[in-house]
Amino acid sequence: MTDAPVAAPLKTPLHGRHVALGAKMVSFGGWEMPLQYSGITEEHLAVRRAAGLFDVSHMGEIEVAGADALAAVQRISTNDAARLEVGQAQYSALATPEGTFVDDLLVYRLGDEHFLLVVNAATIAKDFAWIRDGIQGVGDAVAVNTSSRYALIAVQGPRALEIVQSLTEVDLASIGYYRFATGEVANVRSTISRTGYTGEDGFEIFVAPQVAERLWGALLSVGAPAGLRPAGLGARDTLRLEAAMRLSGQDIDETTSVLEAGLGWIVGWEKPEFVGRAALVRQRAAGVTRQLVGFEMVERGIARHGYPVYVGEDRVGVVTSGTRTPFLEKAIGLTYLPRAASAPGAECAIEIRGRRVRARVVPLPFYKRPRG
Amino acid sequence: MYPSDRQYTTEHEWISVSGTTARVGITDYAQQQLGDVVFVELPDVGQTFDQGAQFGSIESVKAVSDLYCPMAGTVVEVNTTLVDRPETVNADPHGVWIIAIELTSPDQTAGLIDAAAYAELVS
Repeated sequence: MTDAPVAAPLKTPLHGRHVALGAKMVSFGGWEMPLQYSGITEEHLAVRRAAGLFDVSHMGEIEVAGADALAAVQRISTNDAARLEVGQAQYSALATPEGTFVDDLLVYRLGDEHFLLVVNAATIAKDFAWIRDGIQGVGDAVAVNTSSRYALIAVQGPRALEIVQSLTEVDLASIGYYRFATGEVANVRSTISRTGYTGEDGFEIFVAPQVAERLWGALLSVGAPAGLRPAGLGARDTLRLEAAMRLSGQDIDETTSVLEAGLGWIVGWEKPEFVGRAALVRQRAAGVTRQLVGFEMVERGIARHGYPVYVGEDRVGVVTSGTRTPFLEKAIGLTYLPRAASAPGAECAIEIRGRRVRARVVPLPFYKRPRG
Repeated sequence: MYPSDRQYTTEHEWISVSGTTARVGITDYAQQQLGDVVFVELPDVGQTFDQGAQFGSIESVKAVSDLYCPMAGTVVEVNTTLVDRPETVNADPHGVWIIAIELTSPDQTAGLIDAAAYAELVS
């Protein structure tokens, strides 16, 4: 017996930039990615106060096209893609027949009969197979894994707009939240999307891999005086957790339903058919027995992913995400609690290295950006 | 880089012995690996630890790391400034001690390495 060969980690087109910037590199979902450059706290605060620059090229892109592309997307995505205009995006889920998560994703309507699905890095192959199989028999629709055709760079933070604007003639202020436009940024042909995973205003910019370094370099040089800092996966995780954005594979997976995760708003209830619909309709009628909640520690200690959670003497689950967040300066986390114990103010306990430490349910999100 | 006035462990603690007492902290390499320290779990004064026993833990935003006692001893003091300012470990790892212990056997230094050997270990 020999061990199965371990695949070499994949590298994004910006890998050389990260190394040159002195990033601490880690393996994530099969990719070698920057965990941090200057430090998670500094990068996190830069995004809350000015702006951060993220390489998220590891994310997957799957395109669905054809005369029946809308019907195909409607079948495999929980949200109602018919509501999307060309130039608009929506958050959604790929659900199992049980109404649990294969993955979460963004659905972009590139054209009347052309959709771009952006999925998580670690699940690209699984998602693509799921989508390809799921749309069989819909009619004229084909799914193509186009992940290698895109690099994806995110600029996030209160100064993101002015920084990106200085490199483009596209009027960014006219791009609404969860809308996108095409145009040149730093003379690079781009799809500019007003989306993100940090709880801040900002943009995610899709470009061809061979020009990614040029765009990255241009953004850093014009942005640095405004406080733009490169930010790694560490800050991306603490930022998204403060904003209570779920992490696929951790907060949501094939054991948790879309409703339990508090994401009923990404279900197109009026759609006559989609994978998971029957189970979700049943669950909505019966009510969920447990609910994803946010908590903060009452006593000293930091809850981490996987730590046991207790209500009274009952072990009710585990922490799905937990950290001490740099901006709020609190130890916070997400977990699933029984419905009866899930109201804000309810107490639970987190077992931290053998000791039960008190925590309290708080409303989500932990952080909401001030709106001007 | 690594002060020669003390000894080190392969678990990345340092111990500075003075007579029968010693102070314990973590190395610059350890703080770099951890990243931004946000929490230090300290033992109680009076607790006794064997050499190599876990006496506490240190957490960064991203990771948790156990702290091991480089020599056997009883805690006589803990650095309570770390409760409110754990980040000082990042700023000055070789200046900021975590616990002070009364050594059980001050001459029992097996397993400790000197600064040059430690620098070699983490190079």
